[in-house]
Amino acid sequence: MRELTYREAVREALREEMKRDPSVFLMGEEIAEYGGSYKVTQGLLDEFGHDRVRNTPLAEASIAGAALGAALVGMRPVAEIMYIDFSFIAADQIINQIAKLRYMTGGMVKVPLVIRTQGGGGVAAGPHHSQSLEAIYAHIPGLIVVMPSTAYDAKGLLKSSIREDNPVIFIEHKKLYGEACEVPEEEYLVPLGKGEVKRQGKDITVVTYSRCVIRTLTVAEELKKDGIELEVVDPRTLKPLDEDVILSSVKKTGKAMVVYEAVRTGGFGAEIAATIAEKAFDYLDAPVKRVAALDSPIPFNPRMEDYILPNEEKIKAAALELMGK
Amino acid sequence: MPEIEAAKLKEIYTTMVRIRFFEERAVKEYRTKGLPGFVHPSIGQEAIPSAVCAFLREDDYVISTHRGHGDIIAKGARLDRMMAELFAKETGYCRGKGGSMHIAAVDLNILGATGIVGDGIPIASGVALACKMKNLDRVVVAFFGDGATNSGAFHEGIGLAAVWNLPVLFVCQNNQYQQSTPTRDYTRLSDLSDRAKAHGIPGITVDGNDAIAVAEVAREAIENVRKGRGPIFIVGNTYRTGGHHMGDPGTSYRTKEEVEEWKKRDPIKRLRDQLVQSKIATESELDEIENTTMRELDEAVEFAIKSPEPKVEEALEDIYYTPEK
Repeated sequence: MRELTYREAVREALREEMKRDPSVFLMGEEIAEYGGSYKVTQGLLDEFGHDRVRNTPLAEASIAGAALGAALVGMRPVAEIMYIDFSFIAADQIINQIAKLRYMTGGMVKVPLVIRTQGGGGVAAGPHHSQSLEAIYAHIPGLIVVMPSTAYDAKGLLKSSIREDNPVIFIEHKKLYGEACEVPEEEYLVPLGKGEVKRQGKDITVVTYSRCVIRTLTVAEELKKDGIELEVVDPRTLKPLDEDVILSSVKKTGKAMVVYEAVRTGGFGAEIAATIAEKAFDYLDAPVKRVAALDSPIPFNPRMEDYILPNEEKIKAAALELMGK
Repeated sequence: MPEIEAAKLKEIYTTMVRIRFFEERAVKEYRTKGLPGFVHPSIGQEAIPSAVCAFLREDDYVISTHRGHGDIIAKGARLDRMMAELFAKETGYCRGKGGSMHIAAVDLNILGATGIVGDGIPIASGVALACKMKNLDRVVVAFFGDGATNSGAFHEGIGLAAVWNLPVLFVCQNNQYQQSTPTRDYTRLSDLSDRAKAHGIPGITVDGNDAIAVAEVAREAIENVRKGRGPIFIVGNTYRTGGHHMGDPGTSYRTKEEVEEWKKRDPIKRLRDQLVQSKIATESELDEIENTTMRELDEAVEFAIKSPEPKVEEALEDIYYTPEK
């Protein structure tokens, strides 16, 4: 089977959905001629023209607000916020309008739109271009939050998100854009709200998402040599969360770890840990363990950044500790 | 420009009376029946929405604000369903989930009202974008107050409409106060329509208490916007004769003399005098409009009182759209 990078997979999802449905269009900063800050939309302007691939002013509140307005009258906008760090400028529109308009109007409107953005560290981009802010959006009723870890999932989930009649915050990871995996030529969708066991194992359930899935899988191969088998569970969609895939794994292994790149306090991993504690406590042999970023802004210095973020070493150490080794 | 025709002026007068009486009655119902929440009356500002909406088509769009009863009555909202919403009833426009500040009527292309000052402006631009992309010759009107003109959303939303040449009419009802702060304390501009210059679009200031003057400006502006000549910013200078909401007497930050001076310029009395003097309508004809409106409001209140309460469990409906099974 052919391989695509995560970047190419996202682009292919956009292209396919734009071809399929004329109401789908893109808007965002530098997405047209420049092809997007991470080149995700490269080439789409040539294919679809300026009417459907729209460069916007550097004004994120208007990007989100206008996406909402267009969605209210039958379009399916896919709006790009260049870095999730910038989404705070749009957050009022996202949280107060996009997430609530259906509710406030007693169900009179549908809001079919996708906010595509990317987050995460690992490229020495410093405190304003490296954050993991998914918990902010997962906290808001009315939003769907998706965080794919592979090219395959990114394509299938984005296609589902574009066809979804509720607003989706689709969070890519800048360090994953170059990662490739097998992606079939034929059309497929990955359903929203459905997690996946990325690796079977009997010893510890590791619930993780986005880039940390890849890091955890690397650790899992290392630990295999020590006879420890991690089961890696990727919820893929944080909201709505597929509790079943998580809980059934925990019930099998009796040990649970949550690995996420956001800072520890109030991170979405805390929600996952709490869910496990509430609903699978009797199956646990040990307290749920969290591996997350230290409670700090993300520093520029690459060694400091690595010190703050979860990495393979920290994931491995936590797993060994959980195994009593 | 031809004069505004007699029938149109009578229509505008009727709308103004409907707004005034609705809000007076709403305040009375709040005071005597202890309705939940609060209302923000626009008493004194009726000429602007009435005269603007008189030149809109049914398929044109309106987006309003927390002080928005007048805007949506002018676009055709039913008084009984509005009153029922104020009573938090199942038959209210938002089924009791929005309240006074969020009434929408999507079947009338009233797309909602926002409690976050300025937020409707970029949304209106997005609605206009969709109209343009679909080649519909519809006009979108964003109503807002003078306080909104300092918000980021105002500048971002107008900027986007300007650069994309979108069919939006931005209408500022300048009631002289951002809640309690007078215009002079929050902007150095003496004419708020100068803000349009920053975005390269026309800005027009009109006496917002002169319904005929507003009608002349609105008719021409709407025609220009509909013809694709780009967005226009209109400022109607007016006055909120009551407080910020019905719990605010509006006396701590303005003088009695000032309020009395503006009351002398009451827009309804002014148009009534003009209609009678120019023999467009007789006193008794206009009295009949008022009597009819009174009866309609009695019925609206009765409808609201007799309407069922929503079930509390409905609080969990309409957060997400779920397709019919």
